[in-house]
Amino acid sequence: MNYSVIVEVTLRPGIADPEGATIERALPALGFSGVRGVRAGKLFRFDIEADDAGAALASAQSLSQRLLSNPVIEDAAVRLEN
Amino acid sequence: MSSTPEPLHRALGLTDSELDDIRRVLGREPNPLELALYGVMWSEHCSYKSSRIHLKRLPSKGAHVLVGPGEGAGVIDAGDGIGVAIRIESHNHPSAIEPYQGAATGVGGILRDVFSMGARPLAVMDPLFFGTLDDARNRWLVEGVVAGISGYGNSVGVPTIGGELTFDQCYGANPLVNVLAVGALPTSRLALAVASGLGNYAVLLGSSTGRDGIGGVSVLASAGFSGEDGAASLDDAKRPSVQVGDPYEEKRLIEACLELLDLGLVVGIQDLGGAGLICATSETAAKGGVGMDVDVTAVALREVGMQPYEIMTSESQERMLAIITPENLGAVTAVCDKWEIRANVVGHVVEPTTMSDGTTVGMLRVRNGFDGEILAEVPASSLADEAPLYDRPRERPSDLDAVHADDPTEDEPVGDANADLLDLLVDPAWVYRQYDSQLFLNTVVGPGRDAALLRLAGPGLPASQRGFAVSTDSNPRWCALDPRQGTALTLAEGVANLACVGARAKAVVNCLNFGNPEHPEVMWQLSESVDGLAMACEALAVPVIGGNVSLYNESGGRDIDPTPVLGLLGVVDSLVSPPPGWNWREGDTVVLVGHRRAAGAHPFPLAGSRWATMRGRRGGRLAMFEASLLVSTFDFITDEVASICAGVTSDVTAVHDVSGGGLAGALAEMAAVTGLGVNVSRLEGHGELFSAFPGRFVVATAHAEAFVARASAAGVPVTILGNVGGTHVRLGALIDVAVHRIGARRSGALEEALELS
Amino acid sequence: MTRVGVIVFPGSNCEYDALCAMEQLGAHAELIFHSATSLGDVDAVILPGGFAHGDYLRPGALARFSPVMSAVSDFAAAGGPVLGICNGFQVLTEAGLLPGALQKNRGLTFLCQSTTLIVSSTRSVLTRAAQVGQELVVPINHFSGAYTCDDATYDSLVVHDQIVLRYRDNPNGSRDDIAGVANETGNVVGLMPHPERAMATLLGSADGRVLLEGFVGLGATTR
Repeated sequence: MNYSVIVEVTLRPGIADPEGATIERALPALGFSGVRGVRAGKLFRFDIEADDAGAALASAQSLSQRLLSNPVIEDAAVRLEN
Repeated sequence: MSSTPEPLHRALGLTDSELDDIRRVLGREPNPLELALYGVMWSEHCSYKSSRIHLKRLPSKGAHVLVGPGEGAGVIDAGDGIGVAIRIESHNHPSAIEPYQGAATGVGGILRDVFSMGARPLAVMDPLFFGTLDDARNRWLVEGVVAGISGYGNSVGVPTIGGELTFDQCYGANPLVNVLAVGALPTSRLALAVASGLGNYAVLLGSSTGRDGIGGVSVLASAGFSGEDGAASLDDAKRPSVQVGDPYEEKRLIEACLELLDLGLVVGIQDLGGAGLICATSETAAKGGVGMDVDVTAVALREVGMQPYEIMTSESQERMLAIITPENLGAVTAVCDKWEIRANVVGHVVEPTTMSDGTTVGMLRVRNGFDGEILAEVPASSLADEAPLYDRPRERPSDLDAVHADDPTEDEPVGDANADLLDLLVDPAWVYRQYDSQLFLNTVVGPGRDAALLRLAGPGLPASQRGFAVSTDSNPRWCALDPRQGTALTLAEGVANLACVGARAKAVVNCLNFGNPEHPEVMWQLSESVDGLAMACEALAVPVIGGNVSLYNESGGRDIDPTPVLGLLGVVDSLVSPPPGWNWREGDTVVLVGHRRAAGAHPFPLAGSRWATMRGRRGGRLAMFEASLLVSTFDFITDEVASICAGVTSDVTAVHDVSGGGLAGALAEMAAVTGLGVNVSRLEGHGELFSAFPGRFVVATAHAEAFVARASAAGVPVTILGNVGGTHVRLGALIDVAVHRIGARRSGALEEALELS
Repeated sequence: MTRVGVIVFPGSNCEYDALCAMEQLGAHAELIFHSATSLGDVDAVILPGGFAHGDYLRPGALARFSPVMSAVSDFAAAGGPVLGICNGFQVLTEAGLLPGALQKNRGLTFLCQSTTLIVSSTRSVLTRAAQVGQELVVPINHFSGAYTCDDATYDSLVVHDQIVLRYRDNPNGSRDDIAGVANETGNVVGLMPHPERAMATLLGSADGRVLLEGFVGLGATTR
């Protein structure tokens, strides 16, 4: 079976995010008030061949840990698309 | 909307008379693919059809010139078996639409020009021109362009060692992004873009081919931004034409190509720039006087459904065309595999075709498989060299006399000189801090000074103690007032900048950024500018070894100020010690070297100065270019600094060229970087403070008597101005500002204007 | 004569500079391509600056999987001196040979400028010839140079004296002004500044010499 995977990589809580902070600071000047907690991250999308959804998820999680994210500073959230 | 479709040739940018020319060349009707090939190759950008007739007047000869205009880059013999290659180009229109990628791919393109000569790229410079920073879109353009140069240049591994930063209302919708690259090679590795040897292969190296920049050169570079709000309205429509750069691919491509050349595996090599594969194949075939069969099915594609005209004209970046013998294919493939570079044989060098009159013509054939159907067949030289040549109408602008009469030298009041001085000073460090300016351990004088100075060394070069210096110079305000004198004075300014780091000018390349060539005033400006450059090059003995012309720089029907950008290359014969720079010391005597007063109507002309422009005065008469007043001064300064570079002890502690900010600007800059004030008593009013004309230098010396004696012996006039010391810059009766205020304003000005601080 | 291997990843660009610096110090230096599976007969290894694998994904993230990296890991584990400069430091943290990570600079722009470093520890192969408190002018040249780590890691760095160099005026937002760190045994060191660019007054500074001299084993015992 072919599964479509989405991986979101974000900085771990507590790790400074200068990109997110800069975006947040720019927003009021553009007229968007009340926006808080901006965090920048990365999104990966790929297809994976696996026997079942569980196996696809496990494989995607493993490669996300190993390559797509740096566990020292980043978390990876993996999910399957329909 | 009209229901009559536009004829194909016009949609491709060809005029009716150009279509007739094509019919005459072919002796038949061209098919649509052939029309498309002529459309891009005969575009202004590729063919220089409006400017070539004028460029011929530029002097390009010199005993040390190894390669002059017309190749990927000009090359001079710098001595010690080392050739130095230099090239300048514009990437104006792509950058107006997508500043990051426009600027990034400009860097990539110029580097390919340089390493296609066999030279390792060693330095990049970026002269940039934007509208004023009170406009948010201009601020966005500045940040994007600088980030693009930084992102690509740093990653590809070539230091960016300087440039220029100019803000003027005329560039509002049409910024100029010029880029200059310098490389060096063992002269034995010099490579040319020529196809020869029947049966040889044309190998496409590097990136796969997509639809990037299809029609980009003809659509973008050869048409102005019309419409009310200029570029803004065109953004969305033209964005698909903008190419995307990959510096990592380019880095591997550089290494692979230089390795191929070192191993002697290529016969000829050329980069793929504007007009892509059709340009590279037709130009190499035309130079070799051979034919070439190109198989469109052999080109690696990154998109499905690409048509032959798209494959032939795509501007996908990071690609090169190498001509190799068939027996070397295995070795070439091995080198490319090592660097993870794609290599596909896409062309065969074939015999020229014998015509009915007995002459032979190298035909460029586009085929569907090497043995397959011929999709297009045209004489290679007709694409590459035989575009129509236009002598477009020229006319001196009718309002020029009125502009000259409105002279700030005569009636602009002095105002608050302290405030004016502070407003004049901008430190571009925010820009150049984002560039790696030091890679290869060559940078002796980096960005932000009169000229950059580097050791002449790099991977694979013979050992040498020489250095090379580079400066880019322009003064569009001068050139708007008088393109002939303005361009000549700009060259003098460049030579003066090189002198400050002890380098003798050896060659110049030019990037002629002008408005719409269909406006007779613009063609007059171009022609005058070329004549001024030719005159100054003869007088200062500097050959032109390459250039680029960018036309149609306009928005909303308004042409930009004529902006010839000159890239000067100089050589220092012995570089073991850094030049003095601006580092004057407490107690030094400050001397003005050179003729104190300008040649021309006014001794201290303010026309075209930054001071006058800042006050909204854009008229007046310039100083005249008078070589006899310049040459001995330039030689004297060059010799003084060169001897310091060679390690000789000197009483000279600082040298700075007096340029756009005038004498006041030069002195204030030296005070700002050293934190040391200066006292100058006798000055002839605000004219002398802010007037800008080349041929004058501020020199600081620890032993004034000895220095003045040397200058006198060299027949160079000097004026003792005053002394270094104290906490203030005090110039005559008009200026008294604390050094720390100058330093703070100067270093913060740009970030403040960009609203980053 | 000390033999130094300089690793070349596709996209590295400071390998020639590192080579020149080593040769200036009288060491024998050779380039080792990333596809090599053995380091050969070298006494020390440098991972130079640049943009290995284009810095795609994250700086150093792909380079750590280059074939040569397992040989580098083995060499480090056996106590061999390993120095990561700039991108090389990023590779070493991604590979887990050094603690922490390098994030984008605080100002979100690339920075090429002179910095003043303060030697914080001499318990490393890079700083062994220098003195604690010594100030060195060495340029930086990076986009992602802000050193970061969690509190536990930081505490451990302090306890084991692994912070070897700090910035006097923090240019990039690094935690506790950290410019360079070592592993616990001091044989693996990474720093964002470029000591190989500070080898000659002609180029602005010769302060990098004391670091690289220590690394190639010169002067270590005389200071």
